[in-house]
Amino acid sequence: MNPIKIIVCAKQVPDPEAPANLVEIDSDTKMVKIKGLPPGINSYDQNAIEAALKIKEKTGAKVTVVSVGSKLSQSILRKALAVGVDDLVLVDDSDFKDLDSRSTADVLSKAIEKIGEYDLVFTGRQASDWDSGQTGLILGEMLGIPIVNLVGGVTIEDRSVSVKRMIPGGYERVKGDMPVLLTISNEVGEMRVPSLRTVLESRKRPIEVWQSDDLKIDTQELNPFEILALTSPPNMERECSFIEGDSPEERGENLAMTLKKAFLKNN
Amino acid sequence: MSKKSNKDVWIYGEVTDGELDVKTLELLTMGKKLAIDLDEELAIVLMGDNLDPVAQDLAGFGPDKIYKVESPLLNRFNGEIWVDVLEKLFKELKPRVFLASQSFVGIEVAPRLAFRLDCEIITDCIDLKIDPDDGSLIKTKAIYGGNVVATFKQKGATQMATVREKANKLAERGAELGKIIDIKPDIDESIVKIQSLEVVREDVVALNKADVIISGGRGIGGIEGFEELATLVPLFKESFANVIIGASRPAIDSGWISSNRQIGLTGEMVAPDFYIAVGISGAIQHIAGMSKSKTVVAINKDEDSNIFNLADYGVVGDYREILPAFKKKWGGV
Ligand SMILES: Cc1cc2nc3c(=O)[nH]c(=O)nc-3n(C[C@H](O)[C@H](O)[C@H](O)COP(=O)(O)OP(=O)(O)OC[C@H]3O[C@@H](n4cnc5c(N)ncnc54)[C@H](O)[C@@H]3O)c2cc1C
Ligand SMILES: Nc1ncnc2c1ncn2[C@@H]1O[C@H](COP(=O)(O)O)[C@@H](O)[C@H]1O
Repeated sequence: MNPIKIIVCAKQVPDPEAPANLVEIDSDTKMVKIKGLPPGINSYDQNAIEAALKIKEKTGAKVTVVSVGSKLSQSILRKALAVGVDDLVLVDDSDFKDLDSRSTADVLSKAIEKIGEYDLVFTGRQASDWDSGQTGLILGEMLGIPIVNLVGGVTIEDRSVSVKRMIPGGYERVKGDMPVLLTISNEVGEMRVPSLRTVLESRKRPIEVWQSDDLKIDTQELNPFEILALTSPPNMERECSFIEGDSPEERGENLAMTLKKAFLKNN
Repeated sequence: MSKKSNKDVWIYGEVTDGELDVKTLELLTMGKKLAIDLDEELAIVLMGDNLDPVAQDLAGFGPDKIYKVESPLLNRFNGEIWVDVLEKLFKELKPRVFLASQSFVGIEVAPRLAFRLDCEIITDCIDLKIDPDDGSLIKTKAIYGGNVVATFKQKGATQMATVREKANKLAERGAELGKIIDIKPDIDESIVKIQSLEVVREDVVALNKADVIISGGRGIGGIEGFEELATLVPLFKESFANVIIGASRPAIDSGWISSNRQIGLTGEMVAPDFYIAVGISGAIQHIAGMSKSKTVVAINKDEDSNIFNLADYGVVGDYREILPAFKKKWGGV
C-alpha cells in the first residue's frame, strides 16, 4: 500500500502573545508590526503538524508542509522539518503580502496541485494575525473535497479517516473517505519539541522555494484585504484596587470582605 | 442602487436542540439596524426539523419574514447539507446582506457559502454599517487577537459577515408579527461524504448565562486546582443563581478541564456580573472573551501580570494560600 500523503498548510505569523505595547499600528500604510519579537508558525498549524506526525508514526505517512507568504523565514519554518516533517515547500513572493483568505487559498490550491497527490490536507482552524478562520474551508471548497471543521483528533483505519470533531457541549465522531480536508484545533495536542540534533540536521535539508511564476499564478488576480482603516482597540483597562494585607492569607480574608461589600452594592 | 441588485438583509437564525439560541436575538438587533438603513426588509432563515415553535416565537421580534426551511434531514447540523441548501436559496432569492453568528454553525457555513456564491466575507465582526454610497457593508473586526481593530470593504453581490457574540443588545419584542414562509428544500443525500458515527455530550455548560464565572488558567497547576475552585461555587451561589467554572486555553490543553469551559477568542464570549480570574495572565485572546464582564477580580502571583490591568480588584499571591483564607473568612463575615 502506498503511504498516505498529508499536506499541512502552515502560516508564519507574528508572536500572538506579544503584549499590546509591542504592537505598532501604522494607520497610513495600514500595516501592523510587532516590535522585537520573532515570528513563529501559527499555533493551530503547529497542532496540525502534530496531528500529521501522529499519523506518520502509525502508518508511515509522508508529510509535506506548505507555507505561503512574502519574505518567509526559513529558519522558522524549518522547525517543521526538525520535528519530523518530510518535505517543506515555501511559496514566497513579494506579491503574496497580506493576501485575503480567498487569494491565499487560491495560491495554496495551486501549490498543492504542483505537489501532486494527496490524501489528507490539514489547515489550522484559524491564523492568529487576521483571526479569520476561512482559508481552510475555502481551500477545501476549491479542491472540491469534503471538509471537517474544528478537528480535535484524527485516526486512520484502512483508507478511511475517523475524526473527532469538536461540537458545542462535547464532540462527534465522524468518518469519511480520503481525500478530505481537516481544520485542526488545539485539542489534538501541542507540537512536539525537536531535539538539538534534529534541529541541526534540518538546517541542511533541501527545501522547495517557489514563486508565483512557478505556479503560473497571475498575481493581478490576487487580492490583499481591502482595509479602510486600522485603529487601536478601545481602552479596556480598569482601575485595579489591590487588596491589601501583609500575607496572602490576610489578603484572602480581605478579598472576602471586599467582595461581600461589592455584592451587596451590585444586588 | 440599481433595481436588479440583490435585496434585503438576511440573518441566520440559530436553533440548537429545538430551541432558539440567544445569539440570534443579538444578530436580529444588528440586522434590523442594517435593514432600516437600507430601507429594505429583514428576513430570518431558520433551518431544522419541527421549527414551528421557534418560528412563531421569533416572528414576534420584528423581522419582516421568516424563511422556515424544514426537513427531517435537517434535524442535526451537517455542513455539506447546510451549505448546499443555503446556496440554492441564495441563488433563487438573492439577499443583499447575510449575517450569521460567530458560532459553531456560522463559522463553518458562512465562509463556505461565500465561496460558492463568489462573495467575500469577514468573520467575527464587532460592528457593521451600510456604506450610503453603494449599499455595501463596512465591516469592522478585531485582528491580532484584539490588539488592532480593522475596517474592511469587500466585493460580492451578497455582503457577508459573521458577528461576534455580545457585540449587540438582545432584540425586543415588537407589535407586528413577521410572515412565516415555508420552504421544503430538495436535499440530495448523496452529497454527504462525511458520516456521523456518534455524538458525545461531555459537559454541557451555559457559560454565556452565568452570573458569576470563576476561571482557572495555567497557574492553577492541575486538576486539584479546579477542584479547589469548585469549592467556591456554593459560596457564590448564596448570592447568585448561575455560578460556573470557566478556563483559559492552556488549562484545557493540559487536560485539566473540558474544552467547553474555554473563554476567549476561540471559546465563549461572556459578560457575567463577576468574573474571577485565577492564575490567568490576561493574554489578549483570553481578554477578548471576558472584557465585558461587569466586575473583574484577579488572583495572580505575579504583580506585573497584565490581568491586573483588566481587573477591578486584584490580589497578588499564590491562590493556594489566598483561597482557603478567603473561604474561611467568607463563612464568618
Ligand atoms: C488564535 C489564538 C486563539 C486563542 N484563543 C484563546 C481563547 O479563546 N482563550 C484563551 O484563554 N486563550 C486563547 N489563546 C491562548 C492565549 O494566547 C494564551 O496563551 C492563554 O490565554 C494564556 O493562558 P493563561 O493565562 O492561563 O496562561 P499563562 O499566560 O501561562 O499565565 C499563567 C498565569 O498564572 C500565574 N500563576 C502561576 N502560578 C500561580 C499560583 N500558584 N497562584 C496564582 N497565580 C499563578 C502566572 O503568574 C501567570 O500570570 C489563543 C491563542 C491564539 C494564538
Ligand atoms: N499564508 C498561508 N500559508 C499557509 N497556510 C495558510 C496561510 N494562510 C492561512 N493558512 C492556513 O489556513 C488556516 C486558517 O487561516 P485564516 O483563514 O487566515 O485564519 C491557517 O491555520 C493555516 O493552516
